[in-house]
Amino acid sequence: MTIKKVSKDQPNNFKFNSQNIEIAEKIISKYPQGKQQSAVMSLLYLAQRQNDNWIPLAAMKYIANFLKMPYIKVYEVATFYTMYNLSPVGKYYFQVCTTTPCMIRGAYKLVEACKEKISDQQNNLSENKLCSWTEVECLGACVNAPMIQINDDYFEDLDKEKTIKIIDQIINGEIPKPGSYKGRINSEPENNRKTLTNFKNA
Amino acid sequence: MLKDKDRIFQNLYNDIGSDLESAMSMGDWIDTKKICSKGRDWIINEIKASELRGRGGAGFPTGLKWSFVPKEVGSRPHYLVINADESEPGTCKDRDILRFEPHKLIEGCLISAFAVNARKCYIYIRGEYFKEGQKLQKAIDEAYEKKLIGKNASDTGWDLDIYLHYGAGAYICGEETALLESLEGKKGQPRLKPPFPALIGLYGCPTIINNVETIAIVPTILKRGSKWFSSLGKPKNRGSKIFCISGDVNSPCNVEEEMGIPLKDLIEKHAGGVIGGWENLKAVIPGGSSMPLLSKKACDTINMDFDSLVQQKSGLGTAGVVVISKDQDIIKCMARIARFYKHESCGQCTPCREGTGWMWRMLERMAKGEASRDEIDMLMDVTKQIEGHTICAFGEGSAWPVQGLLRNFKKEIVKRNNFDPLIDKNKNIPYLVDQHLLEKENA
Repeated sequence: MTIKKVSKDQPNNFKFNSQNIEIAEKIISKYPQGKQQSAVMSLLYLAQRQNDNWIPLAAMKYIANFLKMPYIKVYEVATFYTMYNLSPVGKYYFQVCTTTPCMIRGAYKLVEACKEKISDQQNNLSENKLCSWTEVECLGACVNAPMIQINDDYFEDLDKEKTIKIIDQIINGEIPKPGSYKGRINSEPENNRKTLTNFKNA
Repeated sequence: MLKDKDRIFQNLYNDIGSDLESAMSMGDWIDTKKICSKGRDWIINEIKASELRGRGGAGFPTGLKWSFVPKEVGSRPHYLVINADESEPGTCKDRDILRFEPHKLIEGCLISAFAVNARKCYIYIRGEYFKEGQKLQKAIDEAYEKKLIGKNASDTGWDLDIYLHYGAGAYICGEETALLESLEGKKGQPRLKPPFPALIGLYGCPTIINNVETIAIVPTILKRGSKWFSSLGKPKNRGSKIFCISGDVNSPCNVEEEMGIPLKDLIEKHAGGVIGGWENLKAVIPGGSSMPLLSKKACDTINMDFDSLVQQKSGLGTAGVVVISKDQDIIKCMARIARFYKHESCGQCTPCREGTGWMWRMLERMAKGEASRDEIDMLMDVTKQIEGHTICAFGEGSAWPVQGLLRNFKKEIVKRNNFDPLIDKNKNIPYLVDQHLLEKENA
């Protein structure tokens, strides 16, 4: 359960664009008839993607109508889950995992890098309005710790210098490469692989 | 050490490729029809005989779980739900299955759905795994295209549709009934049990919920035989398991190993040893953050299986091994875990909602050395008030790690926090937070 601020500046209207209406209909068809409420989470995502990575209240009302369910139930879902942003975030949204396995490997150094390069406080936009960052709980890539999720991509095995380099790349309009920054393949033990050796580099 | 040929997940590091063709070259989707033609009872009995225990944390026998659903489909359809909401700190095994072995999972879905009479299967994947979800969806599309699933799936005469459902960053949705609530489009707050989901689950219909790893190893067990699977590991703890070794080790990794492997072997052989050597080890969390930690003395000899760890008052959980060396501040590490639980509590039951925050605040103070002596006993008491007084197992999950800390490192906490209690004379009223009120009568 999280405490989240709902943005004070709210647009008056929200509507899915024609492409998203099509996708929404397809999502609803995944669930049995009369159980369209199940689609609410996916539709909130869809709204978030369409609206620069955050969900305005108008979108919740629109989705409530779309799924024929009470507005408060949509509001409940949108405020319960942490991945729905209820106020604007940067175009590049940095989520730094700081739970114990990452913390042990130095996640707070990455937080320092974000503080220096993006903004002093989490959830605040950077000066150029391009990036924002936040501390999050375990992202499920513990053997590749410490790591950052930037929008949809995982950046793994980082340290402070590498993080600063990634942020610089993004500010300069380049697209950094996701994955491990230690040069190892996925979650294999670095320089110490003793299993499945027949297939290595096959 | 487990032989390479006995490893189920041959593509754990993506050496071969995760597409259908590569998956088939490893033996996926072969003999699926033959297995299903032997019938439901044969499948369930074979899984029972293999002594497979669920890989999601609780270790419940999978075959037994399957046998709880009604034998015949009544007025309500059956559902199979796959729990891919992996968010336990220290655990990242399902992620690799979703990205690199999706066809093992999909084939497992077909066989398990057939065994429990389900024609619809939902895979609940955590929202952060967006890229992994895309890869899985691609594999599902491939399987549909080749008619491996869908109408008359793999020529078995059984229809199966598989759908992906994204979560949105709530750890509690890994609890099976919270997952069902979330799947129905509500807040993820666990339901009271009984009724168990096997009778009343998704949309009020019989539902079987299994972890990704459990379902993904089912096809291999049936192909190679329950005898092969039960020849690995220790009695009642059979087969192999993916271990995730993270924290203070030289090369953190995921590795598939036999159940019951000594913890020391696991760390020294596969993860390159503890940073600074074995003597630098302080403690190990053996099964994801909700399992109590083990002191170094226990780590020297412990075997990694469900029953051995329970004997040490811990548990295998999801087999996420977090190694903590002497360079770390153990109280701070556990305070961070307490913060995780404070953040993720769903807020339904008061002991958990209030207790997790309380434990976190106390531990933060203890890490800084600002707590008084009697608070250490109070902390233990708070954990006991949470444990067993909540709807779901989250209460235990948040209380156990703190109990583990107190059991093993109490001396260290006492050394750091040796203040006299604020009001000594009223020590018999430990729960009153506003201690200044004690000065007034009838406060």
